[in-house]
Amino acid sequence: MHPILKLVAQRLALGFLLLAAASVLIFVGTSILPGDVAQSILGQSATPEALANLRRELGLDQSAVSRYLSWVGGILHGDLGTALTNGRDIGESLGVRLGNTLFLAFWAALISVPLAIFLGLLAVRYKDRWPDRLISAVTLTTISIPEFMIGYLLIYWVAIRLGWFSSVSIINDSMSLGQKLNAIAIPVMVLTLVVLAHMMRMTRAAILNVMQSAYIETAELKGLPMLKIIRRHAFPNAIAPIVNVVMLNLAYLVVGVVVVEVVFAYPGMGQYLVDHVAKRDVPVVQACGLIFAAVYIALNLVADIVSILTNPRLRHPK
Amino acid sequence: MNDKLDYLSSRVTKGLMTRREFAGRAAALGFTAAAANAMLADKARAEGPVRGGTIKSGLSGGESTNTMDPALTASEVPLTNIRHWGETLLELTPDGQLDYRLAESAEASADAKTWAFKIRKGVEFSNGQTMTPDDVLKTMQRHSDENSQSGALGIMRGIESMKVDGDNFIVEMSTASADLPYLMTDYHLMIQPGGGIDNPGAGIGTGPYTIEFDEPGVRHGYKRRENYWDAENRGFAEFSEVYVLNDATARTAALQSGQVHMINRVEPKIADLLGRAPNITVESAAGPGHYVFIMHIDTAPFDNNDLRLALKYAINREEMVDKILRGYGTIGNDFPINSSYPLFDESIPQREFDLEKAAEHYKASGHDGSPIILRTADGAFPGAVDAAALFQQTAQAAGIPLEIKREPNDGYWTEVWNAQPFCASYWGGRPVQDQMYTTAYLSTADWNDTRWKRPEFDEMLLAARGEIDEAKRKEIYSKMAMMLRDEGGLILPMFNDYISGVSDSIGGWVEDSNGEFMSNKANIKCWVKA
Repeated sequence: MHPILKLVAQRLALGFLLLAAASVLIFVGTSILPGDVAQSILGQSATPEALANLRRELGLDQSAVSRYLSWVGGILHGDLGTALTNGRDIGESLGVRLGNTLFLAFWAALISVPLAIFLGLLAVRYKDRWPDRLISAVTLTTISIPEFMIGYLLIYWVAIRLGWFSSVSIINDSMSLGQKLNAIAIPVMVLTLVVLAHMMRMTRAAILNVMQSAYIETAELKGLPMLKIIRRHAFPNAIAPIVNVVMLNLAYLVVGVVVVEVVFAYPGMGQYLVDHVAKRDVPVVQACGLIFAAVYIALNLVADIVSILTNPRLRHPK
Repeated sequence: MNDKLDYLSSRVTKGLMTRREFAGRAAALGFTAAAANAMLADKARAEGPVRGGTIKSGLSGGESTNTMDPALTASEVPLTNIRHWGETLLELTPDGQLDYRLAESAEASADAKTWAFKIRKGVEFSNGQTMTPDDVLKTMQRHSDENSQSGALGIMRGIESMKVDGDNFIVEMSTASADLPYLMTDYHLMIQPGGGIDNPGAGIGTGPYTIEFDEPGVRHGYKRRENYWDAENRGFAEFSEVYVLNDATARTAALQSGQVHMINRVEPKIADLLGRAPNITVESAAGPGHYVFIMHIDTAPFDNNDLRLALKYAINREEMVDKILRGYGTIGNDFPINSSYPLFDESIPQREFDLEKAAEHYKASGHDGSPIILRTADGAFPGAVDAAALFQQTAQAAGIPLEIKREPNDGYWTEVWNAQPFCASYWGGRPVQDQMYTTAYLSTADWNDTRWKRPEFDEMLLAARGEIDEAKRKEIYSKMAMMLRDEGGLILPMFNDYISGVSDSIGGWVEDSNGEFMSNKANIKCWVKA
């Protein structure tokens, strides 16, 4: 077998193993949460009879192992079960939520990834001169402000004072693409500002690292222009670490945007998960956890495979 | 001069001028603010409701776990939801009187044990079926079934039997109950076809709207329906939308940027600022809700009445209302009743902040000086952590070693409230005193969160329940209040107001002391000015 194929196959197998381990952790974690779903659904106004009735109905009286097995079995058949709290099909509600989260993450990534790489290249080109310093200062400032604060500042200026975009980002199927983009404009700005610095600085560092190499010096001595050296010789060799940090940030855009979703009332996965954690709606929490784990593992797999594929030593084995 | 003011006020009601501009012009013409406001209110009434348009609210208190089943309704958004499509037999008017809705009248037998509710005729459900007394009976049976998960189960427990007799729905109580019509205003008891037994979350009822879209935790939309029986008074907007905005800043921003017309739960600390924004009015209503500290009187050291009194004297109520509620509330007197209840006794003396008395009682209690642990979390009530800190400071000044333990919001109602001996909590209040006491102070009450178990108190409660003479009832309630105030495990520093933010383009807002957001009826009772 070709060594690249073998490595990729190994990584994929490892990914599935990790996912299986994650499912056990998620199940155990949700089982030891304090309080129980029956009490949380009925809230402060629960009577003991109502509690007992609900518990029985929800199957909370069965053993943990049998509940885990039936859960995993269901997932393998594509059935995520129904939410305990409102009896809705989890797969259906989750599909809509995941779609919304991916929609927001897609547009944030579409803007932030090229922008970060471009700014990183620019910073290398003008290393230690004012464009480099300005880019670093601005991106480090925005990453240092908590995201809810950036959100509130943008709401105040862009939504209330200027009235350009809406402050509530609730989207639904009956909206046109233009209306949806208008609705998510401010959260996309917040997310871009939050992830920009990390990716930009990693790009800058990776390229500068490559720039120390002997072959770059050769290129310089040949008299090639700086931008060309960066583009043709340095950047391709820095792809692996850049892809790594980009994937890490993409994962954040999918699984880490709870705060942004709350501030803008955006109907994504994070909000959905938080509501169900608060109500101890375990099947939903488990389903969300599993999807988040899968997203993380998949994006890391992609980063790994890209590093393998871009590694000349593996591409041209001796 | 008056013509000028008349002209100006009509501009306001048509939405061509803000109330603030109007007040300024009126002052320039030599009118006081009060006179100008009264003029405006008259004008608004004379202009009458406007039909059509879309009315939008941004509300806190909704989750993606919500359902339309009235039995499971517990938070603000579901409450507003079920009011759109459903109705109860009776409701309360904004000033707390009985408002006959699906019941035309309610009559008690002489011993107040048997009640006959005459059911309104010709009222249609939104599925086209005509509502019958049988639907009422089935609904009540669903909520009183011991296997039910209904939040109304507690109040249905006193019912011995129910039946239909012609146009009447008859209820027989095991003990006398002069307040039964008030209990029937409970929002869980929405009348549904066939009692809603087959599909309780279908959203079919006798209300002014039908469900257009239902996305729990995100938004809910409603369309006005043609054959609503009381279209004169409710359901003015063609469409009504509810957006779930749990984040306080998101809610305020949505109101300010005009994406919604009304919001609930304006935080006291920003209420004055928000009121200064153009085209927005902050509306507040005093209600029966109260922010409290709860002691289990059967657990040491709270089983000592001197210690309880020491803590009660050591709390600075005025400071709490000023600092925690920013004045949007009233001080409490250590029993759960205030002037929003019928038969409230104004003459009960107010307990004052008194460090000397606190120190005396603390000394008399013989407490060993070990820390007294008070558990709190912001989920108990907004500002509970700060309120506990204030309490700690004043208690320490009286020599009482109060220690604060901050708990997570998550799981607070299961792990701390009604489980730990001393904690911060919140009660939403009830329409009548009997219900409030029955819910939390009867020896056998499910939510007796102070462990108040006094046979003589129970006897008085039952006696008051069957007493038709209001003067006598008031006297009994007064005695019960004094008893709780002086011996109970409840420290009640303040009653909170309901604060909402309302756009000037909304007409028909009234102050309603029964519950938040016009008792959750703002969407169905207000209108959008054209």
